[in-house]
Amino acid sequence: MAVNELEVRRSSASVLGFLGGARKLPTVSKYIDTSTCIGCKACEIACQEWNDLPEVATVQAGSYQTLPDLHAGYWNLIRFNEMEHGDTLVWLMRKDQCMHCEDPGCLEACPAPGAIVQYANGIVDVNPDKCIGCAYCASGCPFNVPKFAEKTGKMQKCTLCVDRSRVGLEPACVKSCPTGCLHFGTKDDMLSLAKGRVAQLKATGFAQAAVYDPPGVGGTAVVTVLAHGDHPEWYGLPKDPQVPLGVKLWKGFLRPLGFLAVLGAVVGAFGHHLYHGNKGHVDPGPRDPDETGTAA
Amino acid sequence: MASLAATFGRGAMTNGWVDIKNADVVLCMGGNPAENHPCGFKWAIEAKKTRGAKLVAVDPRFTRTAAVADLYAPLRSGTDVAFLLGLCRYAIENKRYHEDYVKLHTNAPFVVSEKFGFDDGVFTGLDAEKREYDKSSWAYEADPKTKAYALDETLENPRCVFQLLRKHVDRYTPEMVERICGTPKEQFLKVADVVTSTGTAARVGTIMYALGWTQHSIGVQIIRSAAILQLLLGNVGRPGGGVNALRGHSNIQGATDMGGNAEILPGYLRTPLAAQTTLAEYLDATTPKTLNGQPWPTMNYWQNTPKFMVSLLKAVWGGTATAQNEFGYQWLPKMDGPYSWAHMFDDMYRGSSKRAGADEPGPEGLISFGMNPVATGPNSGKMIAALAKLKWLVVVENSETETPAFWKAPKEYGTPDVSKIQTEVFLLPATLFAEKDGSFTNSARWAQWKWKAVEPPGQAKLDHEILARLFLAVRDLYKKEGGKLPEAVLNVSWAYGNPASPDLSDVLKEINGKALADLPDPKDKTKVLKAAGQQLDGFVQLAADGSTMCGNWIYSGCFTEAGNNTARRVAADPGGLGMFHNWGFSWPANRRVLYNRASADKDGNPWDATRVGIRWNGEKWVGDVPDMKPDARPGEFGAFIMLPEGVGRLFAAVLADGPFPEHYEAEEAPVDNALHAKVTSSPVAKVFKSDKDKLGKKEEFPVVCTTYRLTEHFHYWTKHNKRLNQVQPGFFFEVPEELAKEKGIANGQKIAVSSARGRIEGMALVTKRLRPLKVDGKQLWQIGFPIHWGFAVEGPHAGPLANFLTASVVDPNTFTPEFKTFLVKVEKV
Amino acid sequence: MDLSRRAFLKAGTVGGSIALGLDVSEARAEMRDLKIARTTETRSTCPYCAVSCGVILHTLGDRAKNVTGSVVHVEGDPDHPINRGTLCPKGMAIKEDISHPGRLTAPRVRKPGSDTWEEISWDDAIARIARHVKDTRDRCFVEKNAKGQVVNRNPGMGMIGGCTDTNEFNFLQWKASVAFGVTYRDTQARV
Repeated sequence: MAVNELEVRRSSASVLGFLGGARKLPTVSKYIDTSTCIGCKACEIACQEWNDLPEVATVQAGSYQTLPDLHAGYWNLIRFNEMEHGDTLVWLMRKDQCMHCEDPGCLEACPAPGAIVQYANGIVDVNPDKCIGCAYCASGCPFNVPKFAEKTGKMQKCTLCVDRSRVGLEPACVKSCPTGCLHFGTKDDMLSLAKGRVAQLKATGFAQAAVYDPPGVGGTAVVTVLAHGDHPEWYGLPKDPQVPLGVKLWKGFLRPLGFLAVLGAVVGAFGHHLYHGNKGHVDPGPRDPDETGTAA
Repeated sequence: MASLAATFGRGAMTNGWVDIKNADVVLCMGGNPAENHPCGFKWAIEAKKTRGAKLVAVDPRFTRTAAVADLYAPLRSGTDVAFLLGLCRYAIENKRYHEDYVKLHTNAPFVVSEKFGFDDGVFTGLDAEKREYDKSSWAYEADPKTKAYALDETLENPRCVFQLLRKHVDRYTPEMVERICGTPKEQFLKVADVVTSTGTAARVGTIMYALGWTQHSIGVQIIRSAAILQLLLGNVGRPGGGVNALRGHSNIQGATDMGGNAEILPGYLRTPLAAQTTLAEYLDATTPKTLNGQPWPTMNYWQNTPKFMVSLLKAVWGGTATAQNEFGYQWLPKMDGPYSWAHMFDDMYRGSSKRAGADEPGPEGLISFGMNPVATGPNSGKMIAALAKLKWLVVVENSETETPAFWKAPKEYGTPDVSKIQTEVFLLPATLFAEKDGSFTNSARWAQWKWKAVEPPGQAKLDHEILARLFLAVRDLYKKEGGKLPEAVLNVSWAYGNPASPDLSDVLKEINGKALADLPDPKDKTKVLKAAGQQLDGFVQLAADGSTMCGNWIYSGCFTEAGNNTARRVAADPGGLGMFHNWGFSWPANRRVLYNRASADKDGNPWDATRVGIRWNGEKWVGDVPDMKPDARPGEFGAFIMLPEGVGRLFAAVLADGPFPEHYEAEEAPVDNALHAKVTSSPVAKVFKSDKDKLGKKEEFPVVCTTYRLTEHFHYWTKHNKRLNQVQPGFFFEVPEELAKEKGIANGQKIAVSSARGRIEGMALVTKRLRPLKVDGKQLWQIGFPIHWGFAVEGPHAGPLANFLTASVVDPNTFTPEFKTFLVKVEKV
Repeated sequence: MDLSRRAFLKAGTVGGSIALGLDVSEARAEMRDLKIARTTETRSTCPYCAVSCGVILHTLGDRAKNVTGSVVHVEGDPDHPINRGTLCPKGMAIKEDISHPGRLTAPRVRKPGSDTWEEISWDDAIARIARHVKDTRDRCFVEKNAKGQVVNRNPGMGMIGGCTDTNEFNFLQWKASVAFGVTYRDTQARV
């Protein structure tokens, strides 16, 4: 089935996986210009439809945001944030999804061989056949992305439409985007697009406009333009995301010690700590105005 | 669209979707295109990104459009005339108008009769009792010597249109705009500076609007204000300019073009009135006359009305239409007064109507193809009560909506007991877009063919098949039994290959028109231009003698001997301006920007050489399909060929409520009119008077309420769509934070909102995006809510009917209801 | 706590399935096939707002005689000059409108005074409606108005609709309205 395959750059919990394949492919990348996002959610539905994801139950609870957070069955979520900035009202919208980090904390945290892979084109993907549903990846992710699916017992998240990008098609979300605030191409091209847009924004009064491509995770295959680049947290983004220390330890020290079945219980407890320790690292997003005053 | 027709000559979006990328300034007002037309709105974003265009949003709410705008200004719902006339005043007083354009392409120099006047909120000629204007004093003056229009090209004559306009708008100072609209003066001035920056040859700006302007008792005059502003700024007819009416349904433009509304026939010919007793009288009354003296000659293209009308009659009646029987003119139904939506339901509810001085029956039956009056009409309680009086109702639909299910409506709508409702209701399963071929015409007049992809489910049938079968069954009954005026039924031409399910290509050919006899070449009469039976190339080939037939003259050219032009898919745009002449067919004549002659100066050179609409090359006009006789030298004809004056109308004497716009409050007015307290609301808005038509007073209902759509749902159709329900699960009100605080309402809490017509409950979404406005020194609250829900679905995605709260108050020109501004009170539940 | 228990169990499995973290997992991974690789593409126009975006309807099979081609996926038409492949959330969700449990599949009638729908055959439905139209037209027809002018109209019925259907349908509807003598005509353009 060679036709269905893509070479892997890195693979979780495996030695060869980290050596990379024979081919060199450019990293494919999503550009998100939050300054032209209208929060229409075409990308949300494009993602659901393309990936044949069943509906997730939602309720109208005082916000335009579909869900408080990403979900195992909802990989693409616009985060809305209504707030005053000086005497200006802003309504910020940002498409949230897997950032496809260059140094993916999820992959590093994953104990199951080949369950999380980074393909030659930079896409970070969960292989459901190998995923054991332990949720360690979630603890490794500084963006709080991978989610556990009760039904399958696997971790699920955005695949950057690897089934499309592999054959040269843009991801479904990017294709749908009405205003063109989403764009698809190589990481280099997306970075230059983003720099151009930032220059434009700076020229029109957004002195703090910036490209969000955080070095703490080696950069991301999702290149985000923020008009208020000094405040990524307004968009629900961590200011300086890093792979959690615990995961680095795990990768550098604990994992080579071995996966002895007898240590399972210890590992489980540690994993539990990592997972829950991660909570609160990422702004859960505006939902309840009593908490944040920034609903809708 | 009445205002665009009155101002420019055609009731349609002037430019195209892609053309918006050519603008330097995009004003979104009376519409929220990011929300409602996201894929068209991309071209506004494109203008921002590629030209550094400024995007300006003016709206009662901080909308999704405002979220990506360069400039936002709030205003009180329903006060757009004041804001726009404030912009006109700013342009005139600060010399920000495009003077050469105004002199050349508008009626600014035309001198108006001294009988015309305006005083204390009222134009001359008002009959306050009948709530109607006698428009005879709103007339141009004829030059006593030449008998042509009297003109003052210096624009200094105090009775020239320019000076009258200047005087009329002079009251709309920035301070007055703030008093009326609640827009802080500084914010208004910022908007004024940006918008009027386009009043030069080098710059151009566009306006995107939608139902936020249309759905008011002064809707037409709001749009008139915008049209006047764009004429002053010289922005009409130019790439990147125009007044762009963003229509809300996939073929709302086509349905209107095909004569879907009572007062028009296909191609905007007028529906005959009772007084037009013969075809000759009809043609005389509906073919506009022009004084047409130099130096303002005009093509007055509607002078061809007889050719269009006779060709239409030939399409309807086929061979039975002859010169001897006035081409079947007598078989057409004639009108006495208005028959619009609101009138229809009012007459239905009351069971009769007053016509020509006597009672006539009201509707006892109704056929609805894909419409949902219970949800879409104003005052839902009245809609339901009216339907309950019908003998029969036929609804052709894809799924069960509130209308066929009206007898199941919850009791709070005042629904009569089901056993008392004697209406026989038929609900027929129809097909949707994917299950049939045929063309839709978009907002920008592009007719585009689409192809059937799947079969309809179960026994569902094509809508045109249902219609055809019904028509044939009625015709059979008349053949067998006779009846009233059977000729009108029996003579309708239905010569399709399969009469019970016509091939839509055959129908489009009929719409395009064909020669019924050999048509001689006008340049060389010995030659035949079109042989009998051949498809016509366009409406220039139509004749008034019965030798041509054409179902809709403005579509002529859509299906020629070359084939179906609406099916063309060549995405080439050599000019780079987004015209795409070989993609689909754009009426009229495949022209992409209307009034494009105005994109050039008096010599035929484009105002801006980088954005050429058309230009005169010494022999003919080149560029877009010219909105002009192709070989008419610059100066031969005025740029607005559909108007008898040949120029754009700053002063338009044809509307029901005044030749200039004036600020009037909504019929349910939250404040007195700051300009003339004695005339607060429009003196001629149509208000219905049945026992169901209650109006609220500001003392009892102090909060201004407006309604709108969300991008995640479509009208009342999508509450069964699981994906859309996921991203917008249910009904809510949007309530300003400060009002919520005052009332002790928390985000997500249930509240009740009531008007004089009804009361609905729902969840409050508390937001900063609606602000308290200081209006005339007083704090005023606005709330709003989206419209998408109803009772025709069960479970969590059901919700109240938005229009339970709205009133049957309509614009006197278009009879469009005032959905956008009404009064409510807000209570915690 | 659920998670930790699951992690415990899973970790045990992991331990059993790999060799001390020295796994030499393959440097290739499999993924889903492109689900629209062999579907039939039909060009259509989005039925919602009046931007009229081009859409591509992907249907099952290749239009062979023995295939029922239901819509399996919808995407924007990248060739279309206006939307260039993009769609709004409504356009993206069209598939769920084309086929959903609420689609009507048979004609129904609700009889006077009844509180329920009954199915009816097409032939019966058309015959009964035609009878209503004819009776109403004959009963309500106004040949001359109060002023004695010939008006030949049928105020006994209204016809509405068309904004969601084709130009061709609309023209046919207008023709039928003339035959029926209808003056109460309207569309969504008004409301």
